[in-house]
Amino acid sequence: MSALHIKKGSTKHSAYNLRPNFSDVQERHTITVLVENEPGVLARVIGLFAGRGYNIDSLTVAEVDHTGHLSRITVVTTGTPQVIEQIKAQLGRIVPVHEVTDLTVAGPFVERELAIVKVVGEDDKRVEAMRLADIFRAKVVDTTLNSFIFEITGTPDKIDAFADLMRPLGLTKIARTGVAALLRGE
Amino acid sequence: MTREMTGAKMIVQALKDQGVDTVFGYPGGAVLPIYDEIFLQNDIRHILVRHEQGAVHAAEGYARSTGKPGVVLVTSGPGATNAVTGLTDALLDSIPLVVLTGQVPTFMIGSDAFQEADTVGITRPCTKHNWLVKDTEKLAATIHEGFHVATSGRPGPVLIDVPKDVQFATGEYQPPKPTASHYQPLVKGDMEEITELVAAIEKAERPVFYTGGGVINSGPAASQLLRELVEATGFPITSTLMGLGAYPASGKNWLGMLGMHGLYEANMAMHDCDLMINIGARFDDRITGRIDAFSPNSTKAHIDIDPSSINKVIRVDIPIVGDVAHVLEDILKVWKSRGRKTNAEALANWQGQISEWRAISCLSYTGSETTIKPQYALQRLEALTKDRNRYITTEVGQHQMWAAQYLNFEDPNRWMTSGGLGTMGYGVPASIGAQVAHPDALVINVAGEASWLMNMQEMGTATQYRLPVKQFILNNERLGMVRQWQELLHGERYSHSWSEALPDFVKLAEAFGAKGIICKDPADLDDAIMEMLDYDGPVIFDCLVEKHENCFPMIPSGKAHNEMLLGEAETQGVIQSGGAVLV
Ligand SMILES: Cc1cc2nc3c(=O)[nH]c(=O)nc-3n(C[C@H](O)[C@H](O)[C@H](O)COP(=O)(O)OP(=O)(O)OC[C@H]3O[C@@H](n4cnc5c(N)ncnc54)[C@H](O)[C@@H]3O)c2cc1C
Ligand SMILES: Cc1ncc(C[n+]2csc(CCOP(=O)(O)OP(=O)(O)O)c2C)c(N)n1
Repeated sequence: MSALHIKKGSTKHSAYNLRPNFSDVQERHTITVLVENEPGVLARVIGLFAGRGYNIDSLTVAEVDHTGHLSRITVVTTGTPQVIEQIKAQLGRIVPVHEVTDLTVAGPFVERELAIVKVVGEDDKRVEAMRLADIFRAKVVDTTLNSFIFEITGTPDKIDAFADLMRPLGLTKIARTGVAALLRGE
Repeated sequence: MTREMTGAKMIVQALKDQGVDTVFGYPGGAVLPIYDEIFLQNDIRHILVRHEQGAVHAAEGYARSTGKPGVVLVTSGPGATNAVTGLTDALLDSIPLVVLTGQVPTFMIGSDAFQEADTVGITRPCTKHNWLVKDTEKLAATIHEGFHVATSGRPGPVLIDVPKDVQFATGEYQPPKPTASHYQPLVKGDMEEITELVAAIEKAERPVFYTGGGVINSGPAASQLLRELVEATGFPITSTLMGLGAYPASGKNWLGMLGMHGLYEANMAMHDCDLMINIGARFDDRITGRIDAFSPNSTKAHIDIDPSSINKVIRVDIPIVGDVAHVLEDILKVWKSRGRKTNAEALANWQGQISEWRAISCLSYTGSETTIKPQYALQRLEALTKDRNRYITTEVGQHQMWAAQYLNFEDPNRWMTSGGLGTMGYGVPASIGAQVAHPDALVINVAGEASWLMNMQEMGTATQYRLPVKQFILNNERLGMVRQWQELLHGERYSHSWSEALPDFVKLAEAFGAKGIICKDPADLDDAIMEMLDYDGPVIFDCLVEKHENCFPMIPSGKAHNEMLLGEAETQGVIQSGGAVLV
């Protein structure tokens, strides 16, 4: 499937890339949206997904350009190619949206998520948790005599794997930031 | 002139600088400072409606009949929530509106203050964009941006919510700046795609133009260019409900409206064509019928300014993102430069096929000497008004479809109807908005009695401003369109589809200070219509028509274009349960 890298209003690539090549396969796409940081802009994006029945697997947002008042929203979504194309086109219509980039198409890209994980346990389990954390390069950011909080960054898959391993060792709580992502190269 | 002024004054100044001559509105506590400023000037005319929904539909009628944005001013809370239906209507039909709402003072927002509503929250999904302005310094620039957004790209309604303290505070007025906005949708189409379309035009054996509201949105030049292209290529052309008038109904290539209640020849041409050229239409479900059976053997081109319209419903082969007028200009240029070629021989065969379909006369109906058939009423209305400077609005239902079928539109911006949302109650206020914009024209609202009652309070507006709108009510004492579906889909169980207590429309007219006319005999119809036309003032015309007439042709939900029903005899058991799920 081809990219619909909608630089606001531009159809430079889009006319060709609007050419359909649609299948029913569900695809996972990481899309970044550069938006004017005005009140309610996140509600617009979320409202679009809710109102039109699109999936949000993960969503992060933060101001990235303080002078230009621009924020970057990174949203991970799944859908058929046709739905993904619609999502991008619909995002592009939102007035304060400056740019929509489908990293999955434009790639390769780097994707990272941060999680903090609380693991409660004693004796062997505690030792094993530490050992595994080391392998995953998770840091201990808080500890008591019978608990740790680990901080881990990586792809969502890596964090899933870490959480799966920690579960039998006493994982009680996990907080994840959602994905931040950027294209590689210039 | 000092640029320092109150927010309220800024609003009026900004409207003037945007060339606004008319505002439709209704006052209340949260907009009183603005009403004060309106009182102190004479450049902008304020039309006091009777309900905020009426203000928005009136602004839509004004906008659609002029090509300019419509402007609305209402108060906070109930004023704003009453505007929601109109906003949604304008969003679905791509009508440019700027709606100003009052809000409780900034320091009270969030406290459940008197007449507080989260207006930007409520209207976020039913506006193209909206703003809450918390700082008077930003007010003027926001209003200018509002006009820019409402009218650029795919038009739509915007809303600007202004707290009362922002109206009282002073700030520096910013005049409009043309380049201030980052929002600049592209209007030029991609030349490679355009060339590919031209190549397809040269080869096409069974082409059809499928045009829509986007041609009207694009402005009069688009209609002119469309006419030129159609005449030059000789290709047949059909239009959606929203695009009627872009190509003249008297034009020799006109097929009539397409879609669920469109003409047989138009739908058959869509189904059998080998090249479909969609110009500013959005493959609405009233058009496509069953998607997998929609025009199965055609190459499809789609010209639309909104990338999200392309491939939303139907996959197309030649997508062209751009403004209709700009793209048509380029198509003509390229086509002429390549020698104005078409496949004449194949086209002649295609025309022959179309003539055969046309010969079915799908709009024929069984006449009557004793009762007025609604189709007949519209044929007579057409005959008696076609040479006048005429604007038509409608309500929603069977009468709307009959109006689209039996009235002929020669020019764009003459036909105002609620297509996407299908809002009963649209027509009365829309006729008022159109009449305000064209005081000397003949403005007729073709209505069903049920829809008409939904915003009939606006007759008060018509009398107050001496607006001679003609309310032509096809009174079947039924929610006709609902009744038709119940007949065809729900075993003739007419659950709540008629009104047991209708008002006496003649007395009602008199109560409003208008003229009332009732007509039930086909023999009296012409005289009665002439009486309506000759009366210099608003008229309510109660035309008592056949109660159980069905609107044909009809493509039942879930069926393909070539499975149309043409008349009563064909309706037995045709709609299966799969179709009944659809609306
Ligand atoms: C009871 C009922 C029955 C109906 N039956 C029918 C029927 O039988 N047939 C029928 O046709 N309709 C029917 N409708 C109307 C139908 O629901 C839709 O409103 C209508 O078909 C949509 O028209 P459109 O495709 O022209 O799109 P519009 O809603 O007019 O949209 C315009 C399109 O053009 C694009 N556009 C806007 N401006 C520009 C520009 N400057 N340049 C390029 N593109 C632009 C927009 O992005 C959009 O995609 C019915 C409605 C009701 C209430
Ligand atoms: C506000 C609103 N409510 C309900 C409907 C559903 N509806 C569509 S047509 C119709 C009946 C309209 O009756 P009338 O205005 O008398 O017109 P007719 O179909 O009889 O010509 C109804 C109830 C609607 N379109 N809009």
